[in-house]
Amino acid sequence: MNNPPDISQDPKEYEEYAHGVQKHVRGYLMVGALLLTFTAITVALSYVDFGTRKANIGIAMLVATLKAGAVAAVFMHLAAEKRLIYRILIFTGFFVLGLFWLTLLAWYDYPIFR
Amino acid sequence: MEIPYTVSTRPDTGLWNAKIGIWLFLASEVMLFGGLFSAYIFLRIDAAPGMWPHGLLNVPVGAGNTAILIISSVTVVLAWASLKMRRYRAYWWYMLVTISCGVIFLTVKLAYEWPQKFEHFGVYIKPGALGKYEKYLGNERRAEKGMEPRIEITGHLHSQTAKEYEVALDPVNADPDNPAMDRPHFLPLAVTDKIATIEKADVERATMFLPTHSAYFASYFTITGLHGLHVLGGVLVFIYMWLPVSKKLYQRNPEHLANRVEVSGLFWHFVDLIWIFVFPLFYLL
Repeated sequence: MNNPPDISQDPKEYEEYAHGVQKHVRGYLMVGALLLTFTAITVALSYVDFGTRKANIGIAMLVATLKAGAVAAVFMHLAAEKRLIYRILIFTGFFVLGLFWLTLLAWYDYPIFR
Repeated sequence: MEIPYTVSTRPDTGLWNAKIGIWLFLASEVMLFGGLFSAYIFLRIDAAPGMWPHGLLNVPVGAGNTAILIISSVTVVLAWASLKMRRYRAYWWYMLVTISCGVIFLTVKLAYEWPQKFEHFGVYIKPGALGKYEKYLGNERRAEKGMEPRIEITGHLHSQTAKEYEVALDPVNADPDNPAMDRPHFLPLAVTDKIATIEKADVERATMFLPTHSAYFASYFTITGLHGLHVLGGVLVFIYMWLPVSKKLYQRNPEHLANRVEVSGLFWHFVDLIWIFVFPLFYLL
């Protein structure tokens, strides 16, 4: 049932294949370095006063979202994935946003706390 | 009978089965952590002034653990790429680094960070008695500056009697009017030798930094605990894939092992992705 390995036994073709994967490896290392840099930036920004706590939270979440996007796009290969995976994720996004919306509704349900 | 579509793609989905399986599982994980994060938002927005502590966690340790998880995410993807290039020796080493990173992360969390919290003590003062402890709280200056009041005195529990607590104060309560104490420090400051005596009649609640301390620590221990369980699960799977049993699979069908590493790697990246949000939310903001 299983396919044979998708790598050629021919030394020349193998060399080309390995070279192609090696290019990706350089990309992974660069993204890793970028993520470490952005972690340092996140820490540094948290000690900068942007006026309000909300502004600080917003900026930190923006940096975190960029980092998460890089992990998802490059390490998890979402930048070039099959359509079915995107469909699963669209459904997930829809439901998780619904979950956050329910939280918002709950917040407006109990004015006695404010 | 062999399990179908472990390497070859299914004609109708265009994917091998485990790939769809892991993404459906990750979708359920998004909902699980999404529920906890929405609870976090709800609790934080609704926290009364002074009831959401800030600066109680060790930022360098948290940042170090973040770096460890990022490095492990890189090494696991390099392990997968090594298998794709049929370099088993390199795969073995990258996997070893990934496992080590996971173990270091868990050790730091369970043997250092959490126990440190369990030794720390916090006393919430009753609203009517806050003025009595002004020298530890510095609320008059904070009110002038339009800042949230301090309602808790923290440090190490030195001793207690039936009527009083004696607390070795944290620097924030030992020197509350110092503007440098208004914002958390990057390097945590050690508990001072200044002792405060707090009458139990003035205390609303007193506890170690446990989940019962506050909504903040309840969310912190729940989310980091669940995240830690995920790290543990990932490490166990990686250990299996690093042991000689997986070398046999590699010799039989290297692409099958590469696919197994890819799906477990996807899980590991997700665990990293969750931590990317946990770290600023709990440690920095």
